Amino acid sequence: MNTTIMLFLIQDGITNGAIYALLGLALVLVFAVTRVILIPQGEFVTYGALSYAMLATGNVPGTVWLAVAMGVVACGLDLFAMRRALHVKKIGRTVAINIALPLAILALTYSLASAKTPIAVNLVLALLIVATIGLSLYRIAFQPLAHTSVLVLLIASVGCHLALQGLGLVFFGAEGLRGPALSTAAFTVGPLRFTGQNIAVYGVTIAFMVALWLFFGTTLMGKALRATAINRLGARLVGIRTTLSGQIAFLLAAVIGAISGILIVPITTLYYDTGFLIGLKGFIAAIIGGLVSYPLTAVAALIVGTVEAFSSFYASNFKEVIVFFLIIPVLVLRSLAAPEVEEEKD
Amino acid sequence: MSALLQVSDVHIAYGKVEAVRGVSLEVGDNEIVTIIGANGAGKTTLLNAIMGVLPLKGLTAFAGADMALLDIEDRVAAGLSLVPEHRELFATMNVEDNLQLGAFRTAKAAVAQSFERVYTLFPRLKERRKQLAGTLSGGEQQMLAMGRALMGAPRLLMLDEPSLGLAPIIVADIFRTIGELRAAGVSVLLVEQNAQAALKIADRAYVMELGEFVLSGPASEIATNQRVAASYLGFAREGESAI
Repeated sequence: MNTTIMLFLIQDGITNGAIYALLGLALVLVFAVTRVILIPQGEFVTYGALSYAMLATGNVPGTVWLAVAMGVVACGLDLFAMRRALHVKKIGRTVAINIALPLAILALTYSLASAKTPIAVNLVLALLIVATIGLSLYRIAFQPLAHTSVLVLLIASVGCHLALQGLGLVFFGAEGLRGPALSTAAFTVGPLRFTGQNIAVYGVTIAFMVALWLFFGTTLMGKALRATAINRLGARLVGIRTTLSGQIAFLLAAVIGAISGILIVPITTLYYDTGFLIGLKGFIAAIIGGLVSYPLTAVAALIVGTVEAFSSFYASNFKEVIVFFLIIPVLVLRSLAAPEVEEEKD
Repeated sequence: MSALLQVSDVHIAYGKVEAVRGVSLEVGDNEIVTIIGANGAGKTTLLNAIMGVLPLKGLTAFAGADMALLDIEDRVAAGLSLVPEHRELFATMNVEDNLQLGAFRTAKAAVAQSFERVYTLFPRLKERRKQLAGTLSGGEQQMLAMGRALMGAPRLLMLDEPSLGLAPIIVADIFRTIGELRAAGVSVLLVEQNAQAALKIADRAYVMELGEFVLSGPASEIATNQRVAASYLGFAREGESAI
């Protein structure tokens, strides 16, 4: 093997690994706070990426309508849940978040959609759309199941994934899309060429990690989220609403998923179902991190990305097989290291 | 006069098994009330249900308002607080963060004052404020659990077996603090197996057996009651213990 190829592969691996790291972190976050294994994370990736790509061509993606529809359902569920104790303030809040916000995004998207819209505007719109979908998804599918077992939540999660993937086909069609790069700048260091997109991937990943670290370490809301993850009953006893924690976790996961999608759609063509595989690789990283450790997940994601890059060079037919095979020794080691699994008590 | 906490004819069931049957109790302002009874009498179940952790049948009102539709978080916001038997601390967070989260529902301006108050009550917590909650000793964990509850400035603090598994000297310390709470305007509903210590600081007491209150009255009277002395205080002489 020559050094140049190796450097190329490592660079490629780190770029992919950074994306997997973002997704892995979101999975760990959501699992810790809500015990949901977020299979539809991949759909957040595709929705973000393809909404962004469609907006760039001047079209309005169907996801804005989905956001409105899901908001209406979420609002209905909220109103039904509080039917015995209606407060004007609470009603106003749910209507504002679940109906007014998606409608505002819808109006904004229609008024701004044209081929000449700046990239930054499209990016923000795509993020807003996916963020509201993520929020409503928690309200509709997971909040009513919050007290059930991990298995029930996983089944609901798979259901959401299938539904959202099917809708993705309706919204984006079977053909793949590519989006415009965030920056066209490029420079070379030795044999390596760094594009603006590469730099954006590294920059956004690092920025998100630092931001999450600050959020969880210093803000009251971040600590409340951690507290919910550590001890659900304890959190409720100090007045932290687990539903609010769940909403924030899903909101963060949706935004992270969408931003990951927007980062990769200029690099590779994405199809309506590509997100699932990308999400799964983030999932492998999260599993290696035991679904609890953020740093371990980030490191594992970089390894997954690098292994993928090397295997696609040497044995491209077996690329996915090799990557997913990584999980087996990890699971064996983990089950040997922790033979006793504590049962869920709530 | 309407009591701060009013519980009337409450039934609590685990599936088909009724753990608490038709219990009524009151806690007034600035009052320390204790529920004593043997293991399995339903004391913990009753406290959890008053907090909203378990569903119950019957009437519960706090500060004159019906609590039937309130969930745990609303009850916390209303000024009701529970220190549960297992303390439910945030084990991998430090003492200071645990306390800060205790004030999650209170106004930011009052937090500094609450910190001061809790650190005055429990100077040990101030020494350990950067230590992880899970690494504290049992007594310190109990102090932290109480401190965390007090950070929310509750009007009524419900304590579930605060002396459980603690050394006698620490138990004395905890009970002294409970006594001090009354001076600070906090009412206390105390569930204890250590009946002797509980009756010493309480104003009134209820005796619970197999899911029902069998006796109630001023703590001093309960403490001298033959039957209570026999079964909970260990004063009974041979042959006198039959209930």
